[in-house]
Amino acid sequence: MASQPAFAPWTDPQAKPLIRFEAVSKRFGDFTAVDRVSLSIHKGEIFSLLGASGCGKTTLLRMLAGFETPSEGRIFIDGIDITNVPPYERPVNMMFQSYALFPHMTVEGNIAFGLKQDRLPKDVIAERTRAVLDLVQMGKFANRKPHQLSGGQRQRVALARALAKEPKVLLLDEPLGALDKKLREATQLELVNIQDRVGVTFVMVTHDQEEAMTMSSRIGVMNAGGIQQVGTPIDIYEYPESRFVADFIGAANMFEARVAGDRDGRLVVHCPELAHDLTIDHAAPLAAGTPVTVMVRPEKVAITRDMPAEGLNWAEGVVSDIAYLGDVSIFHVRLASGHKIEALQTNRRHTDEQKLTWDDKVYLGWHPANALVLTK
Amino acid sequence: MILRGLLILAYAFLYIPIAVMIVFSFNASKLVTVWGGFSTKWYGELLHDEKVLDAAWLSLKVALASATLATVLGTLAAVVLVRFTRFFGRTLFTGMVTAPLVMPEVITGLSLLLLFVAMEAAFGWPAGRSVTTIVLAHATFSLAFVTVVVRSRLATMDRSLEEAAMDLGARPLKVFLTITLPLIAPSLLAGWLLAFTLSIDDVVISAFVSGPGATPLPIVIFSKVRLGVSPEINALATIVVAVVAVAMVVAGRVALRKDEARTG
Repeated sequence: MASQPAFAPWTDPQAKPLIRFEAVSKRFGDFTAVDRVSLSIHKGEIFSLLGASGCGKTTLLRMLAGFETPSEGRIFIDGIDITNVPPYERPVNMMFQSYALFPHMTVEGNIAFGLKQDRLPKDVIAERTRAVLDLVQMGKFANRKPHQLSGGQRQRVALARALAKEPKVLLLDEPLGALDKKLREATQLELVNIQDRVGVTFVMVTHDQEEAMTMSSRIGVMNAGGIQQVGTPIDIYEYPESRFVADFIGAANMFEARVAGDRDGRLVVHCPELAHDLTIDHAAPLAAGTPVTVMVRPEKVAITRDMPAEGLNWAEGVVSDIAYLGDVSIFHVRLASGHKIEALQTNRRHTDEQKLTWDDKVYLGWHPANALVLTK
Repeated sequence: MILRGLLILAYAFLYIPIAVMIVFSFNASKLVTVWGGFSTKWYGELLHDEKVLDAAWLSLKVALASATLATVLGTLAAVVLVRFTRFFGRTLFTGMVTAPLVMPEVITGLSLLLLFVAMEAAFGWPAGRSVTTIVLAHATFSLAFVTVVVRSRLATMDRSLEEAAMDLGARPLKVFLTITLPLIAPSLLAGWLLAFTLSIDDVVISAFVSGPGATPLPIVIFSKVRLGVSPEINALATIVVAVVAVAMVVAGRVALRKDEARTG
């Protein structure tokens, strides 16, 4: 799972990646779907390609499966160049978004299909089929046809079919996209558990941030055919490297600002939309006058009726909107400049005596360590 | 109530002529339009008419052979047009394969006759007008119908099913035989039946490409009718209607069952 600290082969410079994209591009006519992508994925990872539709993530996955050939660049699996290897000879299997179960075959027939192509003995096929069906808890449904199954059951069969050949890499195209919300959340963790048991490397395409955050060891955020950032879910959320990633993942308050100087090893920036200069922890020093974007996540902003303590960044404004979501509330606070800041508050108590309401005058405060300076 | 009345009217319009024909096939009188009591003697007489029996047998053979040939060729054409989206002259091919649908049959028949004559002059095959020329001619014009039927089924088929099979290790030919073909089978059957019925009731094209030794049933009926409608023809037509009706019901059942299996 995402929080297991022991598993991080990408931090080891000696580790050989299982999958390597080297400057891979794919063009369809004049349209560049994938633009010079270089990427390494390690054995045992659950790697997610995350992006809006049309960002090239599916094309990248299809090139790994062999359904598309790169216009330029090479793809390696286990050190072997597979760029021009046809799909039926690659050590990868795919779980399709539509599941693509063969409607004229039973569940058992679907799963045995891949094994039969390898001309394995009958008893081995039967045994392996049974084993993967048990793995996804579908043993009882072996003789059903796909149309006799529910959406969740089809998803399991599709997973079992893709796992049956024990591929080096399992590709998942929006694996949970067709399931409803409750089932999706339960299935996310189950997929991770199955991956943990079989040890197959997962490469997954999704547009669902929560899905990517919950399941992935690392996420590659894609936009316009390129990879914007690769990192663990924590890296991507807490330390986005660019405005695009900061804005795309989760909610973010962003201010356009200029570097004003340095104070106690912290960066001081001036933002025209805020009444006070901001101090922010930043590793690399920046020259005064550099244009930057300051990003702070809504849950890092404290909303109070009283002036925040010394040393915090703060701003004052008026509550203009409240979104009550049950577990949390999101306050939209309008500053004197007209700029709006979102602050997220957890609703810990049944009723709050000091409940904030529309048009209340409030203070917003956040610690210098909890904001981020973006230069890209 | 009014709607049901209209429906009955429409069905009456469609089926009264056929009903009249069937009723009069059991007419004892030799006069077609005068009812002379119930009799099955015309059916008996039919069984002794060598010429009609030969023609019926020939028509059946031609229809079986040409429908099968048209289904094979039409399916291949449909697969190429749907699956191979980028090749030189694709638009032209798409237009050309469906042209026989709108081409007047007289022109198709005439041009095929000219071709057969020219071929015979050039390399002696096909020798004269025979079963072979009828089969070839019928396959040629019914191929277009098969292509249209199969193509629409292929176009709506989920492409990822074939990709999944390939992903699981099946080579393209294996994919076609184990996945594509079973899934489009109902459309192949529909196309085959269409080609079969087109062939078995064709008069115009057959008139051009049939010879003295090989006369299909519709031409025999046509020439008999020119000498006056006899109750024997009514009996013959009734048998044809019965055969076609049974075939359509069976085909409908098969297609329905396949559909249910696919969509649930």
